[in-house]
Order: sequence, then structure tokens, then C-alpha cells
Amino acid sequence: MLKQIEGSKAVAEAIALCRPEVISAYPITPQTHIVEDLSQIVKKGALGNCQYINVESEFAAMSCVIGASATGARAYTATSSQGLLFMAEAVYNASGMGLPIVMTLGNRAIGAPINIWNDHSDSMSMANSGWIQLHAETNQEAVDLHIIAFRLAEQLSVPVMVCMDGFILTHAYERVDIPTQEQVDNFLPKFEPVQMLDPDEPLTMGAMVGPEAFTEVRYLSHHKQLQALEVIPQLASEFEKQFGRKSGAMVDPYHTIDADTVVVSLGSINGTIKDTIDILREDRCSIGSVKLGAFRPFPLAELREALSGARRVIVVEKDVALGLGGIVASNVRMALRGTSTPVYTIIAGLGGRPIPSKSLDKAFRQAMDDDIEDPLFLDLNHEVIDRELARMKEQRRSGPVAENILREIGLVGHSPRKV
Amino acid sequence: MQQRVKYYQTGTFTVGNRLLDEEKRTVQATKERNNSLTCGHRACQGCGEALGARFAIDAAMNAVNNKLIAVNATGCLEVFSTPYPESSWRIPWIHSLFGNAPAVATGVAAALRARGETKTRVIAQGGDGGTVDIGFGCLSGMFERNDDVLYICYDNEAYMNTGVQRSSRTPPGARTATTPPVGEHPGNSYNQGKNPALIAMAHNIPYVATASVADLHDLEDKVEKAMSISGARYVHIHVPCPLGWGAKPSNTIRLARLAIETGLFPLFEAEDGEIVDTTPIRKQQPVDEYLKLQRRFAHILKDPLALETIQAMADRNISRFNLVREMEVTNNG
Repeated sequence: MLKQIEGSKAVAEAIALCRPEVISAYPITPQTHIVEDLSQIVKKGALGNCQYINVESEFAAMSCVIGASATGARAYTATSSQGLLFMAEAVYNASGMGLPIVMTLGNRAIGAPINIWNDHSDSMSMANSGWIQLHAETNQEAVDLHIIAFRLAEQLSVPVMVCMDGFILTHAYERVDIPTQEQVDNFLPKFEPVQMLDPDEPLTMGAMVGPEAFTEVRYLSHHKQLQALEVIPQLASEFEKQFGRKSGAMVDPYHTIDADTVVVSLGSINGTIKDTIDILREDRCSIGSVKLGAFRPFPLAELREALSGARRVIVVEKDVALGLGGIVASNVRMALRGTSTPVYTIIAGLGGRPIPSKSLDKAFRQAMDDDIEDPLFLDLNHEVIDRELARMKEQRRSGPVAENILREIGLVGHSPRKV
Repeated sequence: MQQRVKYYQTGTFTVGNRLLDEEKRTVQATKERNNSLTCGHRACQGCGEALGARFAIDAAMNAVNNKLIAVNATGCLEVFSTPYPESSWRIPWIHSLFGNAPAVATGVAAALRARGETKTRVIAQGGDGGTVDIGFGCLSGMFERNDDVLYICYDNEAYMNTGVQRSSRTPPGARTATTPPVGEHPGNSYNQGKNPALIAMAHNIPYVATASVADLHDLEDKVEKAMSISGARYVHIHVPCPLGWGAKPSNTIRLARLAIETGLFPLFEAEDGEIVDTTPIRKQQPVDEYLKLQRRFAHILKDPLALETIQAMADRNISRFNLVREMEVTNNG
């Protein structure tokens, strides 16, 4: 059914259609609306016996769904940013035990400085935790990916994180086609756990494993990710047949045939990137793009194939590996290893900074001339940086950087002492 | 030669199982005991925690028709019972992390409720570090929500699994690897301490009890009573650790008993936030009787001020919980 609906509300409805049995959550912006809506749905009795547990921390939220999933219940939680970091130990634990939990991540920056707006620092921090990470471009895709996520998680017995950009998607009202219960029931069978705490068949879960077997256990987690590379496209194709629309592609090309330059990115920014490409193509620029629908597993072979005709690749990413550069770009280089294709990195949208098409247009043109800084921090205010660096050089007690920058750009108080 | 018949365990007033009616014997003394924590585990000689867990879990199993799931925090109990690929547990058992056992247990209980499995019950357990320090947030959350979980803390008064470091249950003056017996104030600091049973009571949960491996009848009774109640329950069991305390393995029960008889570890029960029963001390002992059997206190035995402070703690417990009083005479048959 078509609805004009907030992203979070649409996702909550999608989760409800997946018939979760235990939901545990802790409030954190910008995912809060999802779990608020779910609490309403559960309290109204629409999910039968589903248990909604208000916990005291994200660490407890993840721990609670670990217990529920290990007891054979379909379990769900959602978080963002600091919340994901606070539950980090349990995030690794869930995947280490192979528990098919589904979690929505409303992508948000990580402090300090504290910042509630969107970027991908949070999901990147858990990229190697053994969770599958799917990224939604639109709210329609966010809805669809959650339905695919439960099927994928339970089929492989691996947890799945569905990443959707905080505010940009979670708080945006868009037209979304919410599937019917019958459609979802046909796609998503009843949860049959591969392991379960059951008094009739007692087993020990979470035993201590030493050097003699740890590598094998880890290899099998890696193997699951590799299996997902095959299963995700199968599920996407099955989804398309049953629901009549495409969702869940790991590599989604846009005008890449004969494009000399190909832009690679995750999540909602792909909309702006495609608009920018349209403008550049009108200007006879040979440019296309690839949307990455999954960051873990990373579709190395499929991406390499999609980029095989490119003379250069630009990665636009909303995160930064401090002391290195691009995180996504490093992964893209891995896909292109052995080739001479240059990969340029554009760090953009940190802490919710808008990514205007105009800025992308300029950066893409620089890249097309192979005359671009790498990594390029999009729209970085060099003047402010230079002044702060000078101040730090001049005085030992130069004060908190974040506050100084805010003063510099005139957002708060008087300007910091001039150098 | 005539064999001397012992009616009581040596030096105690505890009646041996043999002399009790069958229905009054411990679960552990019956053929039906489940051996939930069975033999072959790697606990040290004289481990109070292994003993406490064995009695507690079998008693719980007995109380719930063997329909039990256990969640275990990281710690000695977890490590010595489940060295992969072996497991001493004959019950469904899960270990997740150090600080999250109460929350995992909440999830287990929620899943059982969601799936309509009302007969299976949930226990979470951990040592004092996992319970009172790193897991305390999750424990308080579980209490506050009144989730249907019995949490059992096996308190051996330090982080024994990592090599005897101080926890918030380490008593004043005690030597641990992180409270060395050097300097002006040797051993652990003389702080206010942290009493998790009283904090549990402050959540007004239906049942809280303290127990000890020195009185296994009482321990079993309290666990069984806990399992007859629904909602959040807490049982705090004092379990001496020969290795960490610097004590003879053969002194585990003696030390547990002395902790009770000195007043340092009061036994009580509380329902809905109110104390309903305390166990009187049968033969009061001065604290140095308890301290002198443990090398962790060796450096304070000749320090009158330290002894006085610890004696004052014991005396405060005795008056607070009315531990020295006229004994009620009960007929054990």
C-alpha cells in the first residue's frame, strides 16, 4: 500500500510485518522514532505475544536480543552512533555466536565533539564485527532491506545491520509502498534456529575456545560472509519477483557503460550523485556511478566487474579513517587490486554537513582532470583550519578546538583571540 | 573397635543428612539430583563457587521440574565449567559476556514468554565482579523491570579468574594483586563497601536472600523458595576461594561458617523490599578467628586498628540484622 510516511515509521511497519517476537531498545537519536512506533504497535496488541523490553542501555538492548535469539525468538533492535559503540562488545558477541539478529542503524556521527547528525562513522566502526551491513538509498529500500535482512540472517544464522542515513532517511517523509502481511509471510518463513536453549535438548553456548579452534571458528564466520555474497543476489531477485520492485542489489550501476569516471558511494547520497552525473553528462562528461548496497560482505568481484571499464574511480564517503584517509576507498582499491585505475577519495557529509550537487560537480571535474587532492575533504573551510593551527602554534593553552572553530565561524560568542 | 557415631559435622551444629527424614534431606543427597554442574570441571580444590553452584542449580532444577535455562557471566565458573569442547553443564546454558548476564537472561525470559513456554524458568549467575561491578547496570535494569529471572551471585570477594584483583566486594584490608600489602595502609582500602543484597531490596523485588556454602540446607531452601516466586529475584552466596584468600582448601566450609559466626556475612531473606528473616549466630566468634586462617589478611593481624575496624563492621551487622539473640528451638525431627 502506498503511503506518504516518515522513514522511521515505514521501517517500524516493515519490522512489524516481519513478526518479531522480542524487541529490545534504548532511545538514541536519530533511530528513536522507529522503536517508539514499534512500542505502539506492540502495545496495541498487533504483534500478538511479542515482547517489547525497555532496557537501561544499548549494551543491555543487544544483550537482551542475544538471549532472545538464543532461545529461538526472532529478535530486533535499533540504534545509532554512541549507542552502537556502547553495545560494541555485544555486537561482536552476537555475530561470534551466529545469532540471526536484525538491527537498524540510523547512521550518525560519533563524538567528540558530540554531534547528532548523519555520517557513516558508526557503522564503519563495526564493519569487521561479523555482521552483514546493508545500506539503504531510499526509505523504500530501507523497508525492503529489513524484510530481506530477516530472511538473510535466519538463512545463514548471522546478524544483519540495516544502515539508513540518520535524519536524511529516518526523518524524511517520502512515498513508500508498504507490503501486505501476506506478501511478507510468503517471503519470510517461520524462524527455524540452528541452535537453541531448550531444556529438552540441553546444550552449552558460548564456551571458551582456545588457539586450537579459534581460527576455524573465525574462518567459518568469514565463510558465512562469502556465502552472503551469493545469497543476497538470490534474495534480491526473489524479492523482485514477489514484490515487483528491485531492492537489495549489492552493486547498482548508473550510466557506467562507457563511463571513463565512475563514482562509488553508500546510502542516500547516491541520489545527489546521480543528479550530479545527469548534469555532468549533459555537459558531455563521461561519468557514471555505482551504488554499493552492502559494505559487508564487500562485493569485491562484482564491484571489480562494474568498474572494469573505468579509467578512474571516485569514492564519496561519509567517514574517515583518521591517519589514513578513506575507508570505503581502501575497500574499493582492494576490489581493483592489480589494476592501475586510480581511486580518489572524497570525504563528505561528516557530522551532517550538506553535500550539495554543486560541490560534488566541482570535485568530480577536478577528478576527471586527475587533478584532485586525495583524500579531498569536501567544502573544508581552509581559512578556519589555518587560523586554528596558527593559534595552537602560538599558545600552549589554545583551548578546546571544537569551541574555537564555532567561534571562528561566528556561530557562538565572540571570536577567539586573533593571532 | 567401636566406631564413634557423629551426629553433627565436626565442630558445628549442622545435622548430617543421614539423620534427617528423607524429605528434609538436601536435593544433593537424593538420587534424583540432576548433577547440573557435573564432574570433570576444572575448579580448584576446595572451590566454594563450584560447590555453591552445584547445590544452587540442582535445587533450582528440582524446584522447576528440570525446566531451566542458565545464563552465565564470564568468570571462574564459566571458564572452569566450559573449556571447549567440554562442558560440565547438563542444562541449557549460555555464556555471552562479562557484564551482560542479567540482560541476556531478560532476553531468554522474554523469548520464553513470547513463545508461550511458561514452564521453563531462567537463572543468571556470575561472580562478584561480574555481578556487583561490571554487570551492575544490567542487574539493576533487570530488577527494576521485575523480569522473571533468578540472579545468583557467587561472592568470593575479588576477581579470581584474572588472578585475584580487587572488586567492590573485596573486604577492607584484604591483600589482592591490585591492593598490595605495602605502604601506610596495606591491603584494600577501608571504604564504605557495597552491599548488593540491600541494593537489590531497594528495587522492591519480590525476593532477596543471602546464603553461604557453610549452610547448604539453607542455601537450597532459599533457591527453592526463589524458584517458587515469579519476577526478579536475587540470591547472594558467599563462596570462599582458597587460592584468592590464601587459605587451605580444606578450610572452605570453616571459613564460610566463620564469616557467618563473626557477623561479617549476615544471612537474611527479604520479600518485596522488607527483611522477613535473619539467621541468628549460634556461636559468636571474634573476627580474628576468621581473618587468621587467610593469608590475604596476614599483614593486618597485628594491627589493632585494622582488627578493631573490621570487628566494628561485624558488630554493626550483628546489631543491624539482630544476629545474636535467643535461639528459637525448632524440632528437626
